[in-house]
Amino acid sequence: MNSPKPVDGGDELNLYESRKTVHNQRIDGPFRRFKWFVMLVTLGIYYVTPWLRWDRGPYAPDQAVLIDLANRRFYMFGIEIWPHEFYFVAGLLIMAGIGLFLVTSAVGRAWCGYACPQTVWTDLFQHVDRFVDGDRNARIRLDKAPWGPAKVARRGFKWSIYLVISLITGGAWILYFADAPTLFRDFFTLQADPVAYATVGILTATTFVFGGFMREQVCVYMCPWPRIQTAMLDEKSLIVTYKDWRGEKRGSVKKAAKNPDEFGDCIDCNQCVAVCPTGIDIREGQQIGCITCALCIDACDRVMKEVGRPRGLIDYATLEACDAEAEGAPPQPAWKALLRPRTIAYTLIWASIGGAMLFALGVRSHTDLSVSPDRNPPFMLLSDGSVRNAYTLKLRNMESRPRDMEIALSGLPGAMMWTDTIGPDNAARTQIVAVPADATKTVRAYVKASSGTAAQDFSFILTSQDEQRESDEAPTRFTAGEEGQ
Amino acid sequence: MMADKPSDGKRIDDPTGTELVGHEWDGIEELNTPLPRWWLWTFYLTIIWSAVYVVLYPAWPLIEKGTEGVLGWSSRGDLIDEMGAADAARQTFREQLAAIDVDKLRDNPDLLQQALAGGQAAFKVNCTQCHGSGAAGNQKLGYPNLNDDDWIWGGDLDAIHYTIAHGIRQDEDNGLRQGVMPAFDGAFDAAQLDAVTDHVLSLSKKAQSNAIGAQLYADNCVACHGASGEGDRAQGAPRLDDAIWLRGGSRAEIKAQILNPKMGAMPGWEERLDPATVKMLTAYVHSLGGGEQTVANTADDPVTEPEVDGDEQP
Repeated sequence: MNSPKPVDGGDELNLYESRKTVHNQRIDGPFRRFKWFVMLVTLGIYYVTPWLRWDRGPYAPDQAVLIDLANRRFYMFGIEIWPHEFYFVAGLLIMAGIGLFLVTSAVGRAWCGYACPQTVWTDLFQHVDRFVDGDRNARIRLDKAPWGPAKVARRGFKWSIYLVISLITGGAWILYFADAPTLFRDFFTLQADPVAYATVGILTATTFVFGGFMREQVCVYMCPWPRIQTAMLDEKSLIVTYKDWRGEKRGSVKKAAKNPDEFGDCIDCNQCVAVCPTGIDIREGQQIGCITCALCIDACDRVMKEVGRPRGLIDYATLEACDAEAEGAPPQPAWKALLRPRTIAYTLIWASIGGAMLFALGVRSHTDLSVSPDRNPPFMLLSDGSVRNAYTLKLRNMESRPRDMEIALSGLPGAMMWTDTIGPDNAARTQIVAVPADATKTVRAYVKASSGTAAQDFSFILTSQDEQRESDEAPTRFTAGEEGQ
Repeated sequence: MMADKPSDGKRIDDPTGTELVGHEWDGIEELNTPLPRWWLWTFYLTIIWSAVYVVLYPAWPLIEKGTEGVLGWSSRGDLIDEMGAADAARQTFREQLAAIDVDKLRDNPDLLQQALAGGQAAFKVNCTQCHGSGAAGNQKLGYPNLNDDDWIWGGDLDAIHYTIAHGIRQDEDNGLRQGVMPAFDGAFDAAQLDAVTDHVLSLSKKAQSNAIGAQLYADNCVACHGASGEGDRAQGAPRLDDAIWLRGGSRAEIKAQILNPKMGAMPGWEERLDPATVKMLTAYVHSLGGGEQTVANTADDPVTEPEVDGDEQP
């Protein structure tokens, strides 16, 4: 290893450090309970969603949320997204981005602290640690203990629980992409697609390694978000802060009782460090390892209560309020930090995108027609002297039932139309074409106008032959050549 | 920057309490904030990985060609494999197509769809030189338009198939496509030529007929082109009573064609292409918009033959 020696000689510098395992202590409090609640909700959504059913009739899958890559459809309860409507997904992503800005500007890294998958699964694995090995002190003891049969058995047991959780995690992911019960059965009878096994394998491995072993290192070294967040935080954002003007100088209860003027409220019990899932000391100020999960607030508040001092030595507060408090201002209620021009602007942008998407969802048609005229050749002279143009029509039926569609000519007086299957003998101004459920049907349509018809614009009009009578108009052009060919 | 020197040789930066590495630039010293060890091992792994990769796969560009790698893998090899696999996958389709009668293709939609795609590709390679990429032909040069509803030798699947397979006016091929129009240069004087041209134009209602022209037409042309100019597909005599003229419908063009008829030739493709490709071409040409029903099929098909006698006017 390339380790330069210090200039004056001595021990080798430590340029690479092995991970210092974080043995965080169990804690209870309002924020811990909120964390439990968020974990329950997010994991619940993740594991349960693929199993929800949604009756879409006989022609479409009955899974409530399904990303059907093979057929290029995205189903979400009553909403069905086609590839050309992918802007809905883009809109959702933009909303997620702005939502993240909103949350960050209002409450700092709350996403990191409560809802980020890395946080949720790390938390889960830490509870497994606690369940198998005991709480902080027992785990530290076990870590230091030499390897023996008992430790091997304990570690094996713990890691196999990790593995089961990881497998369920990776397994649930693929259920979003195919019919869940069928895939579940196929998976265990070894009939599923190799892609399914590969995906589960990769996700199991990443969950096992990231959640079980890398933990806070993912946040500190791998995740780009802590580096970006500084651009979104300001002195008006709610973050977890240690009020050093109140805490310092640290000293035990006994010392403080003897010399109350010299010592602050912090009794240096290190509880805030012991409970931290990323192993940092919040009293050193804002740092990249802090995911603002607020477990240190729970710990500190409990200690303050025990020693009879006011809560909030470590608290969710804005840096501005902290400074004001240090100057002697009364503490500001947290909700005030949420209402300010910046958060309101983000909320308005976020809501207007959401509103626009809802509106677009509400008015979108399930019938769509697009027309491309043949350009090679642009027109065709027939033996009776009439002129024929050919068009490729795409008839889209975005409903999960087959529908008859009427194609009609609008404009182009005297013209007739037929298709490959209808045939020129049945030429007419309107034709009915059956379009299968949830499908785009490509139809080649021939339009014939009598000899002498001039080149002109006209439209095809598609109308669904059901009670909705949805229609779509596609303007195009009729091409004609010179006379006498 | 201030740094004390404890006895163990470690130098600590006072304001941060962090160890110094000993690098100094203009009085600024580098602090030691160690990276995790797994990070280092990951880095070593990437080095090992790259070394293994260089041995296994093509990597170093040399003067003539690059190193090849012990696995013998190449992207060109991948391409050849994939082309081979695609060929093999097409083989069943080709066998199916070779086994089926061309007029039965319509009963097998999957096969028909593949045949149309294959036919389109084969058309682009073999036929566009004369008939144009859109199959619209070329009136100046006398290459027929394949999109319209006028067929000199017949427009059902069997007729098209025969035409493609045997070509037109191929001496070495003793097939049926041998129509010949005699030259009337010297046989008609100028007045007679005008008269017969007028009569020919009158068949498609573009001029007034006249007695001399009608008589000349009856004597010289009826045998092939028919009394009302309906043509004769058996001999490849074009219709004269419709709006489509292979070599132009102006008076001058018609006169030129009577005096010194030009007759196009088309190679027979049976010798050059395999039977499956000829069938695919047939299906494709038939699908261009003017294809006619095979006569045998019309009996049980409600859609009758689209070729009708010139009054399809709406």
